[in-house]
Amino acid sequence: MEKIHLQYNVDGDDLTLAGEASSDVRRVLRQLGFDAETIRRAAICMYEGEINMVIHAYGGVIDVYIDPDSIEIIMADTGPGIADVEKAWQEGYTTASQTARDLGFGAGMGLPNMKRYSDFIDIETELGKGTTVKMIIKINS
Amino acid sequence: MAAIKDLQQQLELVDHTPGADKGRELSGCYIGDLLSWVMAHAFSGCVWITIMSNINVAAVASLTDAACVIMAEGVEPDPELLKRAERDGICIFTSPLPVYDIAVKVHEIL
Repeated sequence: MEKIHLQYNVDGDDLTLAGEASSDVRRVLRQLGFDAETIRRAAICMYEGEINMVIHAYGGVIDVYIDPDSIEIIMADTGPGIADVEKAWQEGYTTASQTARDLGFGAGMGLPNMKRYSDFIDIETELGKGTTVKMIIKINS
Repeated sequence: MAAIKDLQQQLELVDHTPGADKGRELSGCYIGDLLSWVMAHAFSGCVWITIMSNINVAAVASLTDAACVIMAEGVEPDPELLKRAERDGICIFTSPLPVYDIAVKVHEIL
């Protein structure tokens, strides 16, 4: 299998569209015959990242690279950046708006879930410039 | 093992997605409203009971591979949610019963 590259533009204004990119990646992984647990982990990481991009960062671009050994997800936005990354890693910590919370988001589980279900995660963030999150999910790890 | 249709009949659930397949077997039950929490803990084939009714419920149900969603306590699903659920083949039911009462009955059926 050659390395597959998927790219998605995430609309920052529309929470109703959040999850579309994640659903598409899940569909592709299924077609490629990946195991259910790997697909689940990738879907959770993708979805949490997608939601974060929409509710915090006015959207952005997601690149997904799939090869037989790993799935790499790179989510880049030009949003406000994360003021306190240490706090953002903590379960339950959130800066989500009331609107986002009313929709069931803002549980403070976004980054913790992404960390839990990926094998590698790195965040580069700069206030006023944006945030790039890179995650790698190894197959059968 | 019970299937979605058994649950539908015995709980007298209102079916909002007539086009979705009701033959799938159920693996258990998960209850929650915080979507990120549900995302992390719901499991393949589960019945998901919630009071959330917005379109994002479809994404979470689909990504966790839940078998069906029951909206409890008389909550009505948003039209956008039903459109997405029909497209993605997700079963959405409603019930006037409280979450606890539904959970007890689901336990008896499973």
